[in-house]
Amino acid sequence: MQGRRRLQVISNEGQAAARQSGSGLPRRIRGGSRRWPSSDRVTSLLLIAPSVLAVAVFVYGFIGFTAFASLTKWDALAPDFTFVGLRNYVRLFETVRFQIDLRNTVTFTGFFLVSCLSLGFLLAVLLDQRIRAEGVFRSIFLFPLALSFIVTGVVWRWLLNPGSVQLGSTGINLLLDRIGLGLLKSGWYTDPKFGIKAVVIAATWQMSGYVMAMYLAGLRGIPEELREAARVDGASSFQVYRHIVVPLLNPITLGAVIILGHISLKIFDLVVAMTGPGPGFSSDVPAFFMFDTTFRGNNFAQGAGIAIILLVMIAVLIVPYLVYSLRTETQR
Amino acid sequence: MVRHMRWLAVLSVLLIGAVIPIGSAGAAGTNKLEIFSWWTAGGEAEGLAGMFAAYKQRYPGVEIVNATVAGGAGTNAKAVLATRLTGGDPPDSFQVHAGLEIQTYDPEKFLEPLDSLYKSEGWDRALPKGVLTLLQYKGHYWAVPVNIHRANVLWYSKKVFSANNLTPPKTFAEFFKIADTLKAKGIVPFVLGDKEGWESGHAFEAVLIGTLGAQGYAGLWTGKTQWTDARVTQALNTYKRMISYTNTDHAALTWDGAGQYLINGKGAMQIMGDWQNGWFQSKNYSDYGWATPPGNAGVFDALSDSFALPKRAKDRDNALNWLRVAGSKAGQEAFNPKKGSICARTDCNQALFNAYLQSAAKDWQSNTLVPSVVHGAAAIESWAVKYKDIMALFVTSGDVAKTQASLQAACKDAGVCK
Repeated sequence: MQGRRRLQVISNEGQAAARQSGSGLPRRIRGGSRRWPSSDRVTSLLLIAPSVLAVAVFVYGFIGFTAFASLTKWDALAPDFTFVGLRNYVRLFETVRFQIDLRNTVTFTGFFLVSCLSLGFLLAVLLDQRIRAEGVFRSIFLFPLALSFIVTGVVWRWLLNPGSVQLGSTGINLLLDRIGLGLLKSGWYTDPKFGIKAVVIAATWQMSGYVMAMYLAGLRGIPEELREAARVDGASSFQVYRHIVVPLLNPITLGAVIILGHISLKIFDLVVAMTGPGPGFSSDVPAFFMFDTTFRGNNFAQGAGIAIILLVMIAVLIVPYLVYSLRTETQR
Repeated sequence: MVRHMRWLAVLSVLLIGAVIPIGSAGAAGTNKLEIFSWWTAGGEAEGLAGMFAAYKQRYPGVEIVNATVAGGAGTNAKAVLATRLTGGDPPDSFQVHAGLEIQTYDPEKFLEPLDSLYKSEGWDRALPKGVLTLLQYKGHYWAVPVNIHRANVLWYSKKVFSANNLTPPKTFAEFFKIADTLKAKGIVPFVLGDKEGWESGHAFEAVLIGTLGAQGYAGLWTGKTQWTDARVTQALNTYKRMISYTNTDHAALTWDGAGQYLINGKGAMQIMGDWQNGWFQSKNYSDYGWATPPGNAGVFDALSDSFALPKRAKDRDNALNWLRVAGSKAGQEAFNPKKGSICARTDCNQALFNAYLQSAAKDWQSNTLVPSVVHGAAAIESWAVKYKDIMALFVTSGDVAKTQASLQAACKDAGVCK
């Protein structure tokens, strides 16, 4: 009922607005219909209204509420909206676990980006050599992407289980033992110095195939003439890649950095399934700390604070990209 | 075309109307009972089913809705429960650790006090005094305990101990002597699995009790003992030394995975709660013994599962009956042998229980009771979480001074220390 009444109000306003603008505008812009001038516009506004409303409430509304909650004293089940300013944030940055988490995030993002991009690029270049059964290889490298991070986490938890002297080696350590490379054995994620880097191995295994697919598409889009021209000019194949291929792939690299970057900043499921917080929180991440704080500690205000910090970190990465792509779109 | 678009527009606006929720009135049912817990598997689920059967025997015709949420010692369940309580759609009764964990649910706002039920059912006589004190929060009872678990148990491999002519250590000095002997033989003296982050704090509870005694330990959570106390420093140093005798892969294992060392005869001792007993049995392992950790003799570090009654429960009468069953002799005798815990009541028929549980029940009657912090009894949840994190960090950092300072700061944050 409510909806219908609102519709009437909106369409009345729409008609009024249309009539008003109709008189001021030159005829050719208004198009043919006389009774519903610029009704397309009204219709389109109405058509996007549900999603705009939904996004406004369920995305921006809740972001706003989270930001608000992070400034309150809500540290128990019952909401307590006493305003405390930035106290939660100050406390957060004083917490040892959160400091470690931030460091881990930087480490993880750095290693993850570098390993994923280089491995993905390498695979793409190799596949681009017109090899036989390319489709098979492409599928093999892409398959890990079809798994959920939970599955990947469980599998790699087993593979990288260090084992011990008493119960014997397992997983990768066992493999190293068998092929006589026992020297390379490591505590993996149980070694605080290794910690989050073990998670990088699993994440790279899962995502580098995806990067490969992106690069492969990019490589196929580079016209053969460009490479040929370079070769005619006497460029070695390294020089072709260095000066022709890589620069032309820049937009793809940027896209991959954005996609991998936001995955790595908010990574949660992989860490939970694979290592948990790890010894001395060496594989802990802010998202996991947020879950712990909010749902185990019932400290909703502080959990909201962590969420906002995560949002800011991701925004720092995404917003420049959005601005950049919007600008290039308008240029076109 | 334009007309079509217009209809689409009408549709989309109607959609907005549909999305805006119109408060729906829930139908009041009286033949239902919704019980919320995180007992989804193994002995726990069987125990719960046993208690359901006891309920149905007394109150036939009530349909029990078993609302369980699986996962991590109730972590996920607590998140769901929090939403339901604050959203005004509580289950009829829910599981909560007895003790200060109840503070999490803001009892005065969300729960009904159960003082009159305690009186009419005679629980204030059937339950030991220590538990009754533990259950009170702001002068009222808020939950009915169904069982008791013991946190401070030292499990040991009989095979390893007899092969080396050893007896379980009574003091930390003895502990380290045994540890050195075993280490030289390539056996892990002190088995630990701390993958989930709470196990280190759990073991440290026993070290604190062993160093400060029952009163000193309990005082840590009430402000009577200072965290800056020299004995806490001593406990941290002892614990640090104990950690040096653990298995190298402790961070990859959960407590049960670590128990495999004992089963294989490759590890000697492990400090874990008495759910370990049930796990050993499920693995058909019987060559284990139990003792109190060093310095813990005569002290029972307890945790208890209990059920509470939310305000605005839809089937309040059924829920009250449920609590009556949960607190009754019949209900607890149906639940505990399967769950692998002892009755909170002192009058259960001991013949129903296995050897370990019988010995625990005996200790329960005679020992001094102290509350476990990792399992929700001793401190409010936010403090317990901080304690857990600090002790998890200590395993790798080994920084005694910094850890003690953090423990003191956590106590201050909780408003107990000044």
